[in-house]
Amino acid sequence: MTEARTQSAFRDAGLSALIALGLFAPLIGLVTENGDNGLTLRARPIAVAVVVVLVFAGRLLMLTRAPGPPVPRKPATNEALRRAGQAVAPALLVFALVLPLGGSRYYVDLATLVLTYIMLGWGLNVVVGLAGLLDLGYVAFYAVGAYSYALLAENFGLGFWTCLPLAGILAAFAGILLGFPVLRLRGDYLAIVTLAFGEIIRVVLINWVSFTHGPNGITGIPRPTLFGLAFSMDGGEGTFAGFFNLEPETIQRVTFLYYVILALALLTNWFTLRLRRTPLGRAWEALREDETACRSLGIDVTVTKLTAFGIGAMFGGFAGAFFATRQAFISPESFTFIESATVLAIVVLGGLGSQLGVALAAIVMVGGLELLRSFLSFLAEQMGSELFAGIANELPLYRMLVFGLALVVVMVLRPRGMVSSRAPTILMEAR
Amino acid sequence: MTAMLSLSGVSTFYGAVQALRCVDLEVNQGEIVTLIGANGAGKSTLMMTVCGSPQAREGTIRHEGDDITRMPTHAIMRRGIAQSPEGRRIFGRMTVLENLLMGAEAAGRTDSEATLAEVFELFPRLKERIGQRGGTLSGGEQQMLAIARALMSRPRLLLLDEPSLGLAPLVCRQIFGAIRALNRRTGLTVLLVEQNAFQALRLAHRGYVLVNGAISMAGTGAELLARPEVRAAYLEGAHA
Repeated sequence: MTEARTQSAFRDAGLSALIALGLFAPLIGLVTENGDNGLTLRARPIAVAVVVVLVFAGRLLMLTRAPGPPVPRKPATNEALRRAGQAVAPALLVFALVLPLGGSRYYVDLATLVLTYIMLGWGLNVVVGLAGLLDLGYVAFYAVGAYSYALLAENFGLGFWTCLPLAGILAAFAGILLGFPVLRLRGDYLAIVTLAFGEIIRVVLINWVSFTHGPNGITGIPRPTLFGLAFSMDGGEGTFAGFFNLEPETIQRVTFLYYVILALALLTNWFTLRLRRTPLGRAWEALREDETACRSLGIDVTVTKLTAFGIGAMFGGFAGAFFATRQAFISPESFTFIESATVLAIVVLGGLGSQLGVALAAIVMVGGLELLRSFLSFLAEQMGSELFAGIANELPLYRMLVFGLALVVVMVLRPRGMVSSRAPTILMEAR
Repeated sequence: MTAMLSLSGVSTFYGAVQALRCVDLEVNQGEIVTLIGANGAGKSTLMMTVCGSPQAREGTIRHEGDDITRMPTHAIMRRGIAQSPEGRRIFGRMTVLENLLMGAEAAGRTDSEATLAEVFELFPRLKERIGQRGGTLSGGEQQMLAIARALMSRPRLLLLDEPSLGLAPLVCRQIFGAIRALNRRTGLTVLLVEQNAFQALRLAHRGYVLVNGAISMAGTGAELLARPEVRAAYLEGAHA
């Protein structure tokens, strides 16, 4: 390495450290504490120093490490990777099927949450991944599904299984409704209008108090039953526990809910995989590639877009109905933009159009974040020493920082998502 | 006999800008007709107007006697008209086979087996590349794919927009050879928009010259090739 390069690397690293100092001095260096006479400020110079040194060293390392020539991957390695990739999906499925047998309520609950996001991801994947229509308001359909079930149950006393298809249909209608005005829009403009649509639905839910109970939300949403058997705690006739002569336990209901969402998610996956191999599915992908070419081939772009919005929204509606029955309580607060953003991040991180990628991304983003939180809490408990006293108890708060960093790293290393290869919808041998 | 395609008094506008001025044009069954002209003369606009995007503001476009002027694009393209658009516009991430199937399925055809064999006979290179992604093909192969994709709908009228764009002379001759073979063998009617006037006029039965959105000359390919003003404007330095 030349003298000049070392110098410029040091200068650059110094500058980065300076920026870090400016950023983190107020963020990390100052902490408020409840003192005897109200809030007091306490300075933590050591914590800031640690971070600044880390940034300096990291930047220096990044700049001075000589970039070697790119190593081409051997064909054998590629083949092995492809084989391994094929095993991932079945392995995940088996894992998902046996997971509740572990009997840990914490993990079953977490897995249910992950599966809800996988299902949402798969639903949005139809719109964004296959048809290439950037939708920033997907949460609207999630909300429509949830409120459809909650309101139908409250007003007409309908059960979960009756309402599930209705919630899907109503959400699909909402999707088509959104589709009409945005038919002529592409890219950024489409994204803005869908974003607005998501907000409109939420604001309507807040303000239409007589219908939706406004910000108070809807409580006492009925739980799903297993062929008419309820999962209630009294254990009497006509309940799950009573019918099978079991001790009524919460874990039974939690496990049942887990399998319901697993089934719904698998249904979504199966349906999407089937659709991809039909002319309609191929038309979606062609639309993503080139709308003008689609028109010149005679594809009815209107129908193609509306079906994509409708079917994507339908899956969002199913997931919403499930969310409502699982929580037994919904309010507009659950359907903010951050949900849309999370689901979109899952789809993009996973790799647009890839079902496996979406599942992996949801596991990482939802499951990983939660596991990171509990790991950081654990770490904080272990760090009792004097030096870290100030940092230890707020370590879990740094999870979003770590997580954001991880997302950036993934997107830098794999800009097209975790699973970026696209499987052809038809092969010559199959014909 | 009614013409395969006839335009009478067609004018097209982009907003306030007039791109086509009262164009009259006729393509008969079994003909190869070429439309030549400079950049911006309105060649592609004419082709897109036939496809209904943008729609003609004045005049009538008839296909096999039926008025198609106000039909939506997808309805026009299902009448036995197929287009290989300017710049090829193949589906880059989809395989060659998927691209071809799109051509058939978009027109509502499900019996693509026999057509597939025919286009592979015409362009054997595509068969070798059947599982490859469209975006990884060479320029010439992509152009072949674009034409083959259009042929998959078994059109009676094929619209080709600048098939020679950016291709080496040898590949260009292959493509023009394939068009001629198709026309001779199946009687396919072709409307060809070209910058490469010399080759286009040699291939075509008849030709039109478009200047500033209006037809300035018409005649058989040989006649136009012989006209000094055509030679001066479009054939300077072109030898093949």
